[in-house]
Amino acid sequence: MSTKLLGERIKRKEDPRLIQGRAHYVDDIKLDGMLHMVFARSVYAHARITKVDTTAARALPGVVAVYTGQDIKGKLGLVPCAAGMEGLKIPDHPCLAIDKVCYIGEPIAAVVARDRYVARDAADLIEVNYDPLPAVTDPLKALEKGSNVIHEEFGDNVAFVAKLDAGDWKVVEADSTLKVIKQRFINQRLAPISMETRGVIASYSPGEDTLTVWSSTQIPHILKTQLALMSGVDEARSRVITPEVGGGFGSKLNVYGEEGVACFASKQLGKPVKWIEGRRENMLATIHGRDQVNDLEIYVQPDGKVVGLKCLIVADLGAYHQLLTPAIPTLTALMILGCYNIKHVDVETKGVFTNKMATDAYRGAGRPEATYIIERAMDLVAHELKLDPAEVREKNFPSPKDFPLALPTGVTYDTANYQKTLKRVLKAASYSKLRKEQERLRKKGKYLGIGLSTYVEICAMGPSSRMPAGGWEAGTVRVEVTGKVTVLSGASPHGQGEETTFAQIVAEELGIPFDDVTVYHGDTFQIPMGIGTFGSRTTAVGGTAIYNAAQRIKKKMARIAAHKLGIKPGALQFVDGKIQTADGQKSIGFGEVVAEAIFAKQLPPGIEPGLTEHCVFEPPNYTFPFGAHLAVTEVEAETGEVRLRDYFCVDDCGRILNPMLVDGQVHGGLAQGIGQALWEELVYDENGQLVTGSLMDYALPRAHQFPWFNTSNTETRTPVNPLGAKGVGEAGTIGSTPAVVNSVMDALRPFGVRHIDMPLKPEKLWNAMKGGLKTS
Amino acid sequence: MKIKIKLNGAWREDDVEPRLLLVHYLRDVAALTGTHIGCETSICGACTVLLNGDAVKSCTLFAVQADGAEILTIEGLGSDGHLHPLQQGFWEEHGLQCGFCTPGMILASHQLLSRNPDPTQDEIRKGLDGNLCRCTGYQHIVKAVENAARQMKDE
Repeated sequence: MSTKLLGERIKRKEDPRLIQGRAHYVDDIKLDGMLHMVFARSVYAHARITKVDTTAARALPGVVAVYTGQDIKGKLGLVPCAAGMEGLKIPDHPCLAIDKVCYIGEPIAAVVARDRYVARDAADLIEVNYDPLPAVTDPLKALEKGSNVIHEEFGDNVAFVAKLDAGDWKVVEADSTLKVIKQRFINQRLAPISMETRGVIASYSPGEDTLTVWSSTQIPHILKTQLALMSGVDEARSRVITPEVGGGFGSKLNVYGEEGVACFASKQLGKPVKWIEGRRENMLATIHGRDQVNDLEIYVQPDGKVVGLKCLIVADLGAYHQLLTPAIPTLTALMILGCYNIKHVDVETKGVFTNKMATDAYRGAGRPEATYIIERAMDLVAHELKLDPAEVREKNFPSPKDFPLALPTGVTYDTANYQKTLKRVLKAASYSKLRKEQERLRKKGKYLGIGLSTYVEICAMGPSSRMPAGGWEAGTVRVEVTGKVTVLSGASPHGQGEETTFAQIVAEELGIPFDDVTVYHGDTFQIPMGIGTFGSRTTAVGGTAIYNAAQRIKKKMARIAAHKLGIKPGALQFVDGKIQTADGQKSIGFGEVVAEAIFAKQLPPGIEPGLTEHCVFEPPNYTFPFGAHLAVTEVEAETGEVRLRDYFCVDDCGRILNPMLVDGQVHGGLAQGIGQALWEELVYDENGQLVTGSLMDYALPRAHQFPWFNTSNTETRTPVNPLGAKGVGEAGTIGSTPAVVNSVMDALRPFGVRHIDMPLKPEKLWNAMKGGLKTS
Repeated sequence: MKIKIKLNGAWREDDVEPRLLLVHYLRDVAALTGTHIGCETSICGACTVLLNGDAVKSCTLFAVQADGAEILTIEGLGSDGHLHPLQQGFWEEHGLQCGFCTPGMILASHQLLSRNPDPTQDEIRKGLDGNLCRCTGYQHIVKAVENAARQMKDE
C-alpha cells in the first residue's frame, strides 16, 4: 500500500517552532551594527509642505541620519503600481513626501538611530510646516464637478473608468413584464490587521555591493525586483528573505515606500537598518480593503429569473496607487454575476482618488464586494416577489452539466454543482424548521433572521495572460544523497500551512515518510523563481508545480530503477520506500536508486547525474470554488443588538489535501467576513482624519462573538490542475458577509426594513426599527 | 535602574532605563523573542506573559515594574523534549496559523486553565477575550484549550 497522506488530517510541520516561541519573525532578527528607523508622518490629509526642519532631530544623541523627501528625490525610485489598465492615471508616489501630502500617515521623514526609543524621540522633534488644502474624503463628492482635485496634473479625481457591456439592453428595457429592482450598497473600508505589523531589515554591504532584505511580505521575488529597481542595486546582487510572517491577508502583497527607504538608508550608511511598524502606523499606512459604493439595478421576470444586471461601481482608491490598487475593483466587475448566468450585463467601474490611505487587496480583494452585491440582490428579488430566497437562487443556478461555463463577463467557470451545496446547507441548518421557528418567535416579539449566500469566487490566480506580472508558480524537488527530500516553492505561505501540504504531496508521490520531506520558501537566493502567496493560489498553482516536479523525479528514478532491475522502464510504483513493479515481484530501495542517481556509477545512457527537478506551472485557467452559507441571527428589538446564533456552511474548494487546514482557512475567513457584516469599519472624518486608528477603536472580532461554525465540504475537482484543488483561502470571507446581512435583514422584515449598510451596528438597527412593525 | 527578575526559573539582574517596556526587556535585553508585540495598546494580547502566575500584557508594563517578580514566557513553558499540554493541544487541534498571537494565546490559556481546569466552550471564549487572533476564527483555539484541559486532567 502506498503511504496515504493526501486528504488526511496531518499535523503541521510549521507548528513546533511556533508554539515554543522559537520562530523568527522580522523583529526577532538582530544583525551586527543594526540601526533602527522611525518615520515622521503627515498629520494633514491634504497639504503643501512648506518646510521640514530636522535640526533638533539630528542633534539628538544617538541619531545617525535623518532623511526627507528632498534627500531621496532622484535617488530612490517611486512606489510601484503593477496594474496596467487602459487610460489609468498613476500619480507620482515618492517613498517620502516631497512637497505635498495626500493622506494622514503619509511618511515625510525617516530617522535612523542606534536605538528604537531614540529614533522615536527624534521623529517627534521633526517640525513640518504645512499649508493645508481642503480634504476630499467622499468618493461620490470627489467625482462632482468643482470638487477639489488631489493630483492637479490630472484635472479631476478619476483614476480610471472601465466598462463591461454584454447582451442586448434594448430588448431588456423594452420588456414591460420585467420588474426593476434598484439598490445602493456601501461596502465599507476595512483594515486587514495581520497580527504582525509590517517590518523590514535592509542590509547593504558596500564591499560586495549586495543588498539583503528581510521583509514580512507575501511576495519575496516581486519585492526583490522592485527594491532593486528602486534602490539602484543590481537585481542579481539583491536578495529578499521572508522570515516567519505573522499573517498578511493581502496587506503584504505589496511594495511599500518604507521598504524602499530602509534600502536607501542602508545603502547610504553601509549598515543594516530595521523598521518595525507600530499598530497605529499599520492602521494609517498599511493598505486598506473594500471601500466601494455600488448602485445596482436588477431586471427580473415575475417568476424570479434574473435576466439583466446593471451596476455602477465607485471605488475609493485613496490618494495613491499601491501595487494593485486599481485592479481590485475590476475583480468586482468580473465576478458580479456570482453563480448565476445573467445574460445582459452593464457594469461601469470608476476608480476615484481621495485623501485617504490606498485601498488594495484585502482577503477576497474585489470578490467579497461582488458577492455582496449579487447575493443581497437575490434576497431583494425574493423579498419583492415574495418568494423564498433559496428558491430564487435555485431558479437562477446553471445546471452542473453547463460547465465549463463561459459568462458574459469574459471568464469561464471550470466546474460546479451549486444545487448540491445549497441543498446540503439547507439540510444542515434544518431550514424549514427554522422558518417555522421564525414565525413562532415573531408572534412573541422576537426577531430571528435566516440568511443565505451562495457564492462563487475566482481563485488560483492565475493564467499569466490575465495577471500583471506572471501568474505561474515555480517548484523544485531535490532528493539529497541521504534520501531526504528538499522542496523549494516560489509561493510564500505565511500561516496557511503549505510546508505541510507540499510535504504531503511529495511524500505520497515518492512513497517516502512525511518526515523525510522539508519545504522551503521565501528566500530569493535559494528559490530560483516565484510569484508569491495570494488569490488562493498557493496549493492549486504552487502545489501543482511541486507535484509536476515530483513526477519528473519519479520518471528519472524509474528509469534508473528499471536499469538496475534489468527490466523495461514501465509502470513502476513508489511505495513504502521502495520502487517496485505493479505485481510487487521486483523491487529496489528508494535510497539505492538515489545513491545510483547521484554517485552515477552505472547510470543508464543519456541520464544526467543528480535528482533535482524544477517546474513552473502555468495554469490554463483560474479555478472557481463555490459554496452555500447560512447564518441564523437574533435581533434584540429593544437595543438593536445582533446575536449570531448559528452558522452553517458547505464549501467546495475542489479536492481537499488536508481537511484540518481547510477547516482552519474557512473559520478564519468566516471571522473576517462576519466581522465586516457586523462590526468592522475604518472611519475617516470630513477632514480626512482616521477616527478608528487603533485597536481600541477598530472593532476586531473576539472569541466570544462567534458561535460554533458548522462547516462541511463537497469536493468537485477542477480539471485546471492535476491536483484537482481549487483554493480555499478566501472562501469564508467571501461567502459569509452577505449571509449575515441577509440574515439580519430577514430578521427585520416585520419592520418593513429593506436594506441597511454595514456594519450592522445596534444604533442603525434600532433606528430602523423604531418606526415599529409594518403589517404588510 | 537595576532590576532583578526570575525569568523562566532563573534569576537575572540587569541595568535598564526606567522607560524600557517589559516586552522590550524580554525581547531585546533577555533575547527571548517568543513574546510578540501586536498593538502597543494592550488590546491584542500578543505580548501576554505570566507575572507571578498572572497573565499580563508586557507591552504596557515597564521592566522596572517587574523588579523582584517571577516571569514565565513561552520559552519557559515546556521543558526540553516535552511540550506543555497547551502547546501539544494547539498543535493537535490546529490552534494556530501564522503563529504570531500563539505565545500570548497559550499563556492566557494557561491562566484560564489554572483558574478553571474544566472550562466550557463559552468560558474559554470569554476567558480569551483579551487575546486577538486574525487567522483562526478562534474555533480551533477553543478546541486546543479543551484538548489541553483533557490532557491535564489525565496527568
